[in-house]
Amino acid sequence: MKWSLPLVMLLAFSLAPAARAADETQYKAAYAAAEAATKEAASLRNQWTTTVATLAAAKAAGDTGDFDRALAAAREAEALAKASIVQALSEKEAWKAMEIR
Amino acid sequence: MRMRVVLLLAPACAALAALALTVPRVVAADKADPAVDARAFRNFFFQKFPNVKHEDFVNGPYSMNEDMKRQWQEKEEFPPYEFALDAGREMFATPFRNGKTYADCFPNGGIGIRQNYPYFDDKEGKVVTLELALNRCREANGETPYSYVKDEMASLTAYMAFTSRGQPMDIRIPDDPRALAAFENGKRYFYTRRGQLNFSCASCHVQSPGERLRAEVLAPALGILNAMPIYRSEWSGMGTISRRFVTCNSQTRAVPLEPQSDEYRDVEYFLSYVANGLPIAGPGARP
Repeated sequence: MKWSLPLVMLLAFSLAPAARAADETQYKAAYAAAEAATKEAASLRNQWTTTVATLAAAKAAGDTGDFDRALAAAREAEALAKASIVQALSEKEAWKAMEIR
Repeated sequence: MRMRVVLLLAPACAALAALALTVPRVVAADKADPAVDARAFRNFFFQKFPNVKHEDFVNGPYSMNEDMKRQWQEKEEFPPYEFALDAGREMFATPFRNGKTYADCFPNGGIGIRQNYPYFDDKEGKVVTLELALNRCREANGETPYSYVKDEMASLTAYMAFTSRGQPMDIRIPDDPRALAAFENGKRYFYTRRGQLNFSCASCHVQSPGERLRAEVLAPALGILNAMPIYRSEWSGMGTISRRFVTCNSQTRAVPLEPQSDEYRDVEYFLSYVANGLPIAGPGARP
């Protein structure tokens, strides 16, 4: 049996996950996660300026309904915040390596 | 047989003895001793820059670069901090609304005392910097405190530093575990990497003094506060120690702490103590 090209394409497209635009729910979940991570970074006295700026950009995009951009920025802010947390925790001991003795 | 046991045990005994000799040293090295730290700190810079006169370290980048030093010496004939110095002198002498002055808040009328700041206040259990003491003086006399990062505070500290020029930094760490903890906290802050660029204070001012960071020649950490406050061409104005810390943090993409937070007070305590003996050179001028 030979499959016609249109049939194969139809099958392929129907099985492929649809690339959908981000919705408000996704953005809000990502923003909440980013906000929680930034709060933890702040409690460690190790917030990064880029985290704050990226979180603000997420909110600004979300407020205008641009949820694709808002979601991406929220996820980036969370990643930045988590990196600053790792830095703060590892530096609790790592700073000693730099000390003049 | 007995001989064999002795031969087998001998290396183990030797290892134990070596361990016993080593362990107390490790413990001793981990125990805080500011005097030992300060000596090691100074020696590091003295050995790294054997041609720099010890008292010259307080001149920051100018001690690292002859060309810059000559330009600065010429600029010192009409120094850019002169307006701030004059303003500070006038502010210092002007009475508060209650008739008192800054002189009433400080030992020796506030003249020639810069080298003793910051100090550890045993009543508060914390480090008190000159900037903090000045604002406390204002508040105690019914005046509103100045911003720690703006011109008024820089002018006042410029004048007070000027009255101490040439005096050796003389910071004391009293026999008080809280004072020792403040020193240790300041040391930890100084060496801790922060910000997205993953820099500590030491990344620039210990590892790279004399090197260029973009257009700037980095100053050595030794004596870095002795010339404060400074006129910075980059800022087109004067800057306090608080402003310096805040700016350094921002440059590494770290959110700065609030001026005169415990960490900033402690790192000022640490940096000032390790510079004991080096002359006060403030107010200074930097590119």
